[in-house]
Amino acid sequence: MTPHLQPYDVTREDEIREPLDFNRRTHLKHVDRTFKAEISSMIRLTEKEKLFHIRIVDPVERERFSFLPGQFVMLEVPGFGEVPISISGSNSQKGFIELCIRETGTVTTMLHRARPGAHVGIRGPFGTYFPMQKMKGHSILLIAGGLGLAPLRSPIIYVTENRSDYDQVHILYGTGDPSQLLFDYQYEQWRRIDGVNLSIIVDKPDSNWKGPVGVVTKLLDNISVPMNDTYAIVCGPPVMFKFVCTMLNRMGMPRDRMFVSLERRMHCGMGKCCRCNVGSTYVCMDGPVFDFWTVMNLKEAI
Amino acid sequence: MLFKTLGKNEFRALVDIILESNEVIGPTQVDTDKDGKPIHKYQPVKTFEELDLKYENTGFSAKTYFLPYKENLSTWRFSEDDWTQEITYHLHPRAIIGLHACDINALLKLDKVMAREFFPSPYYLSRRRNTLIVGIDHEPCEGGFCRSLGTDTVNRGFDLFLTDLGDRYFVAIDSDRGYATLHKVAVRDVTEQDTTEYLEARGKIASGFGPDLEVKQLPNLLDIEFESDVWTKWGAKCLSCGSCSMVCPTCYCYGVSEFASMDFSEGAKVRQLYSCNLVDFAQVAGGHNFRPKRETRLKYRYYHQHRGFVEAYDEPKCVGCGRCGRACLAGISPPDIIGDLLAKEERA
Repeated sequence: MTPHLQPYDVTREDEIREPLDFNRRTHLKHVDRTFKAEISSMIRLTEKEKLFHIRIVDPVERERFSFLPGQFVMLEVPGFGEVPISISGSNSQKGFIELCIRETGTVTTMLHRARPGAHVGIRGPFGTYFPMQKMKGHSILLIAGGLGLAPLRSPIIYVTENRSDYDQVHILYGTGDPSQLLFDYQYEQWRRIDGVNLSIIVDKPDSNWKGPVGVVTKLLDNISVPMNDTYAIVCGPPVMFKFVCTMLNRMGMPRDRMFVSLERRMHCGMGKCCRCNVGSTYVCMDGPVFDFWTVMNLKEAI
Repeated sequence: MLFKTLGKNEFRALVDIILESNEVIGPTQVDTDKDGKPIHKYQPVKTFEELDLKYENTGFSAKTYFLPYKENLSTWRFSEDDWTQEITYHLHPRAIIGLHACDINALLKLDKVMAREFFPSPYYLSRRRNTLIVGIDHEPCEGGFCRSLGTDTVNRGFDLFLTDLGDRYFVAIDSDRGYATLHKVAVRDVTEQDTTEYLEARGKIASGFGPDLEVKQLPNLLDIEFESDVWTKWGAKCLSCGSCSMVCPTCYCYGVSEFASMDFSEGAKVRQLYSCNLVDFAQVAGGHNFRPKRETRLKYRYYHQHRGFVEAYDEPKCVGCGRCGRACLAGISPPDIIGDLLAKEERA
């Protein structure tokens, strides 16, 4: 007998049959399908952090994947869980995606235990990005505190790859003690780039430390750029970017020229699960990158 | 919109026809409360008799048929050192009979989040489009404040909508599927007498509502009163149990967790509805909790209902069904909290 109500099969919709591409946000997609990816390499950065090179297995999907500095992916260990991780690498590089991950919960612990070659899943990219185009022709301050260097590394690489697009470039990085310094093997490389200034400060120096001591705001004392015509990207814990942004503003930088990246719990990345809601805003859709003026207007953001 | 009238016997015949080959869900009495009042629930029925279309309200909304409390998002099959992912969507057409206007308005709000603009959800769409919705008019229910939110009437989001005219129903038709289904039985064209009686019935319903709650200024008021002692007062009562979100027809927030079988042959990615009142809702890796206090979580729920959702979709998320107030173990209800906020403004 023919049923009186005809079944509707969503998988027959034209849009959902197109190749999966999370950049086509308005299209109907298999939104929980994850790209199978291989951990092609793991680089130990500190006791707690490793840099993962993730390569999407399918060459066509790998080629289609594109992101902008500041965006994140949902990284999945099937059977264990899924976590939002900001992309730490270059967006001009097509072969693999770089993710800097701290060992802290169930999923990240599994990832740290994984061996190169293991298959994980990634969905994305999701979220907003740093407006690198808008910053063209201006000086840029790239400021990180602690693990904030992970999301900041992507715009740092972008700026170094497109150095001629920008005026002065200052990278300021502050962390707790020298053992927590991330990407220490790259500092020399960044410093050698013409017109890139890198300053690093630690709060608790060890006996070998020869650099400045204190918190990252101290590094701003030595910076002389036309503040009202400069952009800043500030990544780090809320207390850090609040201090830094307040100080930058006092030095003359408008609040809507400072960009920060917020961290929240996320279970979807697509403006559905609500876990990342701040006031009226989804961090996964309207963020994670916000200008500081917007952040000041969000309730409970910092 | 097209209108027809349908005799009650014909309506019964129509439900029987659908029951022959499809699942039918509707309000059924499942128990009585301590005062002897019937308790209703939307659940699958086998016969027309199980439906009680004169029900006042239900403890739970019908959202579980669109956003199940627990839903498998994908299944993993593990082999040696690899895995495959399987995803399936709901494929069975069914009918929900007897939804009130508030609950259909709730679906329209859920549509905005789950099925429009960004990342439309194939899981939700499959369930929504496979569900024939037959709504029904009813007298204002106790504790409901739907009229304050403009959700006491509805003119889309359903297939058929019934208004009881005694021996027959006045039927609004909002889809081709609804039209085709309706015409499986004998329907009549609307007469002048039908229209007169329909308008009388609507007028009687409209006059039964209590005074309106002023919600228009809430988006602004919630910003201004963010640090208000109203939140301390109600936050101290709140048990952070999350019952309000579970019974809410529009609360859609969820958590995703994954499982692997003991022998690691398979696993699952499961979505489970959550509540912003639960303690770990906004806790991030490393242990920091952005909303550690009960009052901040309670406030957040109201903020989302009447401020955040308005900003995103130009309408409040709340439909005024009153379920959260009835379900609350601590006796917290939206009209009380909103009333306190409004009173504070008036005193000032």
